[in-house]
Formats: sequence, structure tokens, C-alpha cells
Amino acid sequence: MIRPLEHIVIPSGLIALGGLLGWSLFLAITGETGDRLAEIALARVPDSGVSNPVTSVLLNFRAYDTLLELAVLLTALLGIWSLGAAGPGFQKAASVLEGMVAGFVPLLILSAGYMLWVGAYAPGGAFQAGALLGAAGVMLALAGHRNAGLPSEDRLRPLVALGVFVFAITGVLLAVVGGGFLTYPAGLAKWLILIIETAATLSIGATLAAAYLGGRPAPEHATRESA
Amino acid sequence: MNLLLALFDLLLTLTLVGLAVVTLTSREPRRAVILFIAFGLLLALVWARLRAPDLALAEAAIGAGLSGALMLAAARRASDRNSVSTEGSNREDAP
Repeated sequence: MIRPLEHIVIPSGLIALGGLLGWSLFLAITGETGDRLAEIALARVPDSGVSNPVTSVLLNFRAYDTLLELAVLLTALLGIWSLGAAGPGFQKAASVLEGMVAGFVPLLILSAGYMLWVGAYAPGGAFQAGALLGAAGVMLALAGHRNAGLPSEDRLRPLVALGVFVFAITGVLLAVVGGGFLTYPAGLAKWLILIIETAATLSIGATLAAAYLGGRPAPEHATRESA
Repeated sequence: MNLLLALFDLLLTLTLVGLAVVTLTSREPRRAVILFIAFGLLLALVWARLRAPDLALAEAAIGAGLSGALMLAAARRASDRNSVSTEGSNREDAP
């Protein structure tokens, strides 16, 4: 007895996928030996407004990709919120954990700011800084703070959308002014990147912390009754 | 020195592959998630050895840390839901 899905469709799909992967690996190794993108990008790093090659690719040469990544995060959070209200959360932390959290959360916020600033010329950047902010939120949630230190939902929504909003508005404005979508003018690149990264960091941090809650945050006044 | 580093790389790679296999084959979600976090931390070391510190930072913070926390929460919820459906109204809220 042959079940068509398990015996024909899935194996042939897997074989096709494997063939595709092998073919692209073969092309990547033996492909034409002309100018590789990496060399072109490295040569243009001084024009990008930042001196860290990774940031210059993420926020300048391929800024489009990063914008879409932020949109993916936002969509993921919308999906989580559509699952319903957040769970009842953790019980209030005892004094030792509470003291540790009170010490660590400001440190995490400080290192997020450092990570954001240092991303211009050394490893770091918006995603790493946002992850640190998100970690601060997770810590607060684990210590029993309601809503992981996030504001109420009507103020959380603009915060979560801020990154995509600032990124897209900057791109559209630049297109209107004449450079093209997300093509920064020479002198302004550094500041535009910094503005976009700051907005993105705040959004990523808020999104990750909100994702950890696992549902729409409870309204402020319901803090007591549903515990 | 070079030999030592090569030995370290070999050990790292073997541990990584071993951890991946154990993670994928473990039956209990919670155990799999914890192994996955260990896998992520080792992968961050691999990125650092490949001289990609940006990726190492992102892997340690997002791949191991936050995804791990999210998946632990998901595993807890899944087991809560299972125990609710099998034991009727006996509900566990606090971890």
C-alpha cells in the first residue's frame, strides 16, 4: 500500500531541495571569478557614514533587508497578540532576586545604549542593543513585574511600530527629495543611520519583551483582580 | 599554538554536532530547549572563532538568550495545557 503524501510527495520534495542546495553550493564555489560583492562593498565602506563594515551593509547598502527584518518582528508580535491575553505571569520575586534585578536592569539598559553607539565602528548595532533591552524586559517579567516593565497597550503600540515607521518614513522622504528609496545623501548618512538605529533599538527591545509575555498585555487597572 | 587552536576547533565542531543530534532527538520539550540554549552558546563561540564578532553577539543574545527564554515559556505553556487536558480542572499557574 502506497500513501502518496508520505511515499512520493515528501521524499521527492526533499530530493529536489537537496539538489537545489547542492547546485547553489556548486555555483557559489565554481561560479564566475569576477568582482565579488564583498570586495565592492568593502571598498565603499568609507562612503557609508559608518566605519564598521557590518553596520554599513545592514543600514546602508542593504538597508531594505533590515527594514523588512523589522517588519518581520512586528508581524511576529501581531501574531502573538492575536493568540489572546497574556498569562497571569510569575509570582513576585523574593528580596534577593528583586535586588539583583534592580541592579541588573539599569546595567542592561546602559549596555544597550553603549552597544547602539559602538555599532558605528565596532561589533554591535541595533539588533544586539535591542536584544539587551529585551533581556531587561524578560528579567523584569521573571521577577514578577506585570507587563515586564512595558507601558500600557495604547502607548506600547506606537513604541513597537516606531522602528518600521521611522525607517520607512526616512526612506520615503529620501525618495521624495530625490536620492531614491533609502539612498542617504553623503553628509547626512551617519546621522540618518543613528536615528534609524535608535528607533529600531527601542522597537526591537519592546517587541522582544512583549513577545516574552506571550499575549496582549493586561490593561493597567486589571493589575490586581486577575492575579 | 596553532595545533592547540585546531584541536579546540575540532572539539568545538564535534560538540556542536553532538549537541544538535541530542537536541533533535530528545523527547522532552524542556530538555530539548535547554540543550538548544547550550547549542546556541557554543555556536556563538564558533562565530567568534570565524572572526565574525557581530554574529557571535547576535547569536548569544538573540539565538541563545531570548529565543531560549521564549521557547522555555512555550514549553511550560504546552506542558500546562497538556496537564489541564488530562487532569481536568487541576490548573497550575505559577511555575
